[in-house]
Amino acid sequence: MSVFNQHKVLETNVFFLAVGILLFVIVGGLVEIVPLFSISSTIEKVGGVRPYSPLELMGRDIYIREGCYLCHSQMIRPFKDEVERYGHYSLAAESKYDHPFQWGSKRTGPDLARVGGKYTDDWLVRHFINPRDVVPESIMPGYPHLRKPLDYSDIAAKLETLRAVGVPYTDDDIKNAKTDLEEQVRSDSSDAAILKRYPKAHMGAADGNPKAISQMDALVAYVQVLGTMVDFTAVKPETIRR
Amino acid sequence: MASIEKDSVSGQMTTGHEWDGIKELNTPLPKWWIVIFWVSVIWAIGYWIVYPSWPTTSNYSHGLFGWSARGQLEEDLKDQKLARSQWLSKIEAASVEDIAKDKSLLNYAMVGGKIAFGENCAACHGTGGIGRPGAYPSLADDVWLWGGTLADIQQTITHGVRNSDPASRGGDGSATMPSFGADGILTPEQISQVAEYVVSLQKTPAAGSPGEKIFNDNCVACHGQGGVGGGIPGAPPLNTAIRTFTKPTVEGVIAQVTKPHHGSMPSWGRRLDATTIKMLTVYVHSLGGGK
Ligand code: HEC
Ligand code: HEC
Ligand code: HEC
Repeated sequence: MSVFNQHKVLETNVFFLAVGILLFVIVGGLVEIVPLFSISSTIEKVGGVRPYSPLELMGRDIYIREGCYLCHSQMIRPFKDEVERYGHYSLAAESKYDHPFQWGSKRTGPDLARVGGKYTDDWLVRHFINPRDVVPESIMPGYPHLRKPLDYSDIAAKLETLRAVGVPYTDDDIKNAKTDLEEQVRSDSSDAAILKRYPKAHMGAADGNPKAISQMDALVAYVQVLGTMVDFTAVKPETIRR
Repeated sequence: MASIEKDSVSGQMTTGHEWDGIKELNTPLPKWWIVIFWVSVIWAIGYWIVYPSWPTTSNYSHGLFGWSARGQLEEDLKDQKLARSQWLSKIEAASVEDIAKDKSLLNYAMVGGKIAFGENCAACHGTGGIGRPGAYPSLADDVWLWGGTLADIQQTITHGVRNSDPASRGGDGSATMPSFGADGILTPEQISQVAEYVVSLQKTPAAGSPGEKIFNDNCVACHGQGGVGGGIPGAPPLNTAIRTFTKPTVEGVIAQVTKPHHGSMPSWGRRLDATTIKMLTVYVHSLGGGK
């Protein structure tokens, strides 16, 4: 096996060693990454997933800003115990408009992938202000500062940025971003224009004050939409089996 | 560099490295290690063939038997359902009343109900349903806003209270306490008077007071004559110091009459299956106040 003994040539020559390592990483990287761009089966074809509404998007930014992902995952794995506790396992399709995705890797608190609709706005607001008001044994920090006003002056630019990385916001969505955001907080009409653009958006001022748009309103709108976009009663298991 | 030679003591070749007369041996890897290494390599190749692994240009290799993690989960869940079916199929078929009558079935349902309660309900209603004063009703006392029979409780859990579910309790707006203060139906003075009267109901009703007349004109339809309750479902009795959403004081009543609290609960039929809701129903019914 003399060819196996030749590695000494590579190992004792810095130039050849570097070239060898580089080649190795390139081949490994190509094999792992390139197919992801062409494999059509990665993202399941299910209906209902839509880009975040402007208010939800602001809420998502707050979620990231406050580091909620450090304690909460948004990824229900396809295991018995997880599915029984949290609901249907997460699909790749459900985070296809997430940049960056919020799957997380640490569960100090429960998974949030399907928390939308589990609680009322009233509970979420009390819980965010001081979790121990509703869950005495909770170790989650309070976020009372979320009652401050929301600065959404750059919301249209945010939508535009996301469009640049592939989220299908239309010109109309971007033009109406600001009014959509305000309407989601202020309107409780079931034929509000925003519901046509963003079906199933969670309407209303979570903190009970529709006049002032707070960071709380945005975070609650985001949390309430998590995991609710796909109607799983209409999804055939064999079409998402991987 | 010294020359590569055979070491006379161990019988191994040297590498040719030498430090102060100490020579480095070129001992080959042990046999067992080499064997495990090559077996692992062969195992990996077998794994690629049997399980999904390699990407192709537009798809991936599905493996010999078409195994998938999600397909496996479906199998696991089927097995689990089968293992539990001895009890669950009985619960599925029985009404909540029948479950409550069958002692062994009830035992099983209570355990299942307790677990589901901890995951879904305790965050609001507290562990064991003790409630959270000012926000969420106790389920362990015998005051019921929406009825305390098994059927009532099952209905309340399935559709929730004042939410987007058309069948939710009070979802049609029929049991929404008016905003007497904020909407200018009563003046602040009238509100204070009615509040004094409501608080007096806890001991001796202040008969003949101006508050009594305001109460009879505005509140009786929902809260009942003398605040005993039973006017409409959802409106609690006011003749005791037991309150859910407010304090049993004049200030508490003023707050509610000025800008009322409208309790809301999610529709659990949208999240949980009918069997789980039945188990929850018998569990909640058993907490203390079931009728
Ligand atoms: C230090 C870790 C930690 C951080 C940071 C944290 N949480 Fe939590 N969270 C928890 C724990 C623990 C629980 C479970 C106890 C409870 O309900 O309070 C929880 C519960 C929750 C729940 C209820 C979940 C359920 O199914 O009952 C929600 C919703 C939630 N957190 C949202 C958030 C959001 C949004 C943020 C960021 C603003 C956040 N959390 C930050 C630890 C954390
Ligand atoms: C249309 C029916 C309706 C009318 C009229 C009405 N209420 Fe109510 N009231 C309710 C309901 C329903 C609730 C429970 C609120 C909830 O679920 O959040 C309630 C709650 C209350 C509470 C709080 C009880 C608790 O447990 O904390 C008080 C106090 C009260 N009402 C006083 C009054 C007074 C005083 C009046 C008359 C001025 C009045 N209500 C008129 C329906 C009514
Ligand atoms: C987000 C908070 C929240 C959660 C979670 C919640 N509830 Fe409720 N529940 C409420 C509120 C608020 C009311 C009172 C509604 C009203 O004002 O009439 C209520 C009322 C009820 C009632 C009626 C009480 C009565 O007096 O008639 C029952 C029964 C009940 N809940 C059971 C449950 C069960 C079982 C679960 C878990 C599957 C659950 N709740 C989860 C908030 C919640």
